[in-house]
Amino acid sequence: MTQAQVVASAIPEQTIWKEHVSWIDRVPRWVSMLALLIGFLVVWQFVYILELISPIILPSPIETIEDLYVVGKNLLTGDYMLMALWITTQEVLLGFMIAVVLGFGLGTLVGETAFGEKAVMPYLVAINTMPKVAFAPLFVSWLGFGIASKVALAAFIAFFPVIVGTAAGLHAADQNARMLFKTMGASRWQTLVQLKLPIGMPHFFSGLKNAAVLVVVGAVVGEFLGGGKGFGELIRVAAAQLNTPRVFSLIIYLSLLGLAMFWAVAWAQRRFVFWHKESVTEETLAQ
Amino acid sequence: MAVLSMAGEAVAPVGLMGRPVYELRGVSKTFTRRNVQALDKVDLVLREGTFSSIIGPSGCGKSTLLKIMAGLLPPSSGSVVLEGKPVMGPRRDIGMMFQQATLFPWRTTIENIVLPIEIRDGKAAARTKHDQARQLLDLVGLRGFESVYPSELSGGMAQRAAICRMLITEPAVLLLDEPFSALDELSRDFMNMELQRICLERNATSCLVTHSIPEAVILSDVVYVMSSRPGRFVEAITVDLPRPRTLDMMSDPRFGALVHRIRSHLDKGAFQ
Repeated sequence: MTQAQVVASAIPEQTIWKEHVSWIDRVPRWVSMLALLIGFLVVWQFVYILELISPIILPSPIETIEDLYVVGKNLLTGDYMLMALWITTQEVLLGFMIAVVLGFGLGTLVGETAFGEKAVMPYLVAINTMPKVAFAPLFVSWLGFGIASKVALAAFIAFFPVIVGTAAGLHAADQNARMLFKTMGASRWQTLVQLKLPIGMPHFFSGLKNAAVLVVVGAVVGEFLGGGKGFGELIRVAAAQLNTPRVFSLIIYLSLLGLAMFWAVAWAQRRFVFWHKESVTEETLAQ
Repeated sequence: MAVLSMAGEAVAPVGLMGRPVYELRGVSKTFTRRNVQALDKVDLVLREGTFSSIIGPSGCGKSTLLKIMAGLLPPSSGSVVLEGKPVMGPRRDIGMMFQQATLFPWRTTIENIVLPIEIRDGKAAARTKHDQARQLLDLVGLRGFESVYPSELSGGMAQRAAICRMLITEPAVLLLDEPFSALDELSRDFMNMELQRICLERNATSCLVTHSIPEAVILSDVVYVMSSRPGRFVEAITVDLPRPRTLDMMSDPRFGALVHRIRSHLDKGAFQ
């Protein structure tokens, strides 16, 4: 009897305990991002002060920030830099559109038809393994020093991920869904439009995101190798003059163009593929 | 479609005397590419308003048989006739349901349900069926869920929506390929009773493929036991439990005897 009472009273009323979460996992995202940036700038400043790298090729962070201001003012006042940015933006947008249309068309051919998969795909893979930048001089000799040759290179570099995304998307429908469409007597066209394309949208959009980044690479490389009046040309000239702060700040502004492209695609994905949960988390990561 | 008239008329004792709806004669299937004989000669007659089950070990060809019945696969020999017309491909008087609900996440529940109509008769025709789809949602206890996306439905709710999608075309026969085997035991029992209620209410002719013996017995008028490959019917067992069946009947000695009889067949097959 007494023994039972002792046992009963030995059990505490509550056994609440806290799970340990390290402080580093509790820091808000913006704080961690800012801390990392400041740390990077401090290290950079020290490298500059100690002259670990020659100041001719590595500017100080302060010089770079000053130049960011100069370039920003030039952009805002609509000076020649804005014109250059506009030219590069046009190349990027046109290149992206061509890459999407071409990539979607070829991706559908490859993903939907046996001919495309068996005959076309091997050639596309072969083309993809080529160093596409090497085609730049060819595009210049075909299309001249204007915007067309840059658009062509941008589209050429960016279209392959769209093909892969589209084709992978068309294969995303599982056996059950295909069977269901068969029982409903759906035609091939209906199965494509009502089942395979919508179900493949998440794949298609990840292809588009890759393309959005690559298309900027293509446009700038095109300007490096084929001249013109775009932002790539400004970078090339600044680098030739060993104006490294200018090179850095131009690259930072150029990366905003890439970010804008990526965000635009991410926004479209959230809008059109609202039903796909992963795409929503990917989206929040991108912000 | 007399079959689907909301049955006020004689639902009651489903004798095996009804009008034959489905007739299979000597249906066999050999997959030539893999050189596998999946089905030996199968004869089967489904009568109006009856519920039949095909039970057998995994890979015995029962799903293949159902696909042949549905017009999704051509038979290698034999004939399949539904309502007097040979089955030469998917048909709108056949309703089919699979293990997975397969609702499309970009469509609301009601848009998923009218999808078969949209595929066959276009968007306008699908819109005119919305009222009927709502009635079906009532029937399966999903009232108020029409504009919800499938991601918000539980597994059992999704399967109920799939039932509605199957019924929207008013099929003469229901072909069910392990429709609830992905659900947990409790939901599964519940859904089986719901299925019985729906079939009785509509006097539907149904054929279920399963590998659960109790499920086959509790739902069916006839259970066809299939041997392992090549599949053929070993015995057709008539289940003489009264309708409507209840889950309590599972503890009935008669139920136990039927389960035992079917199990003995399947055990024999397994050790051959």
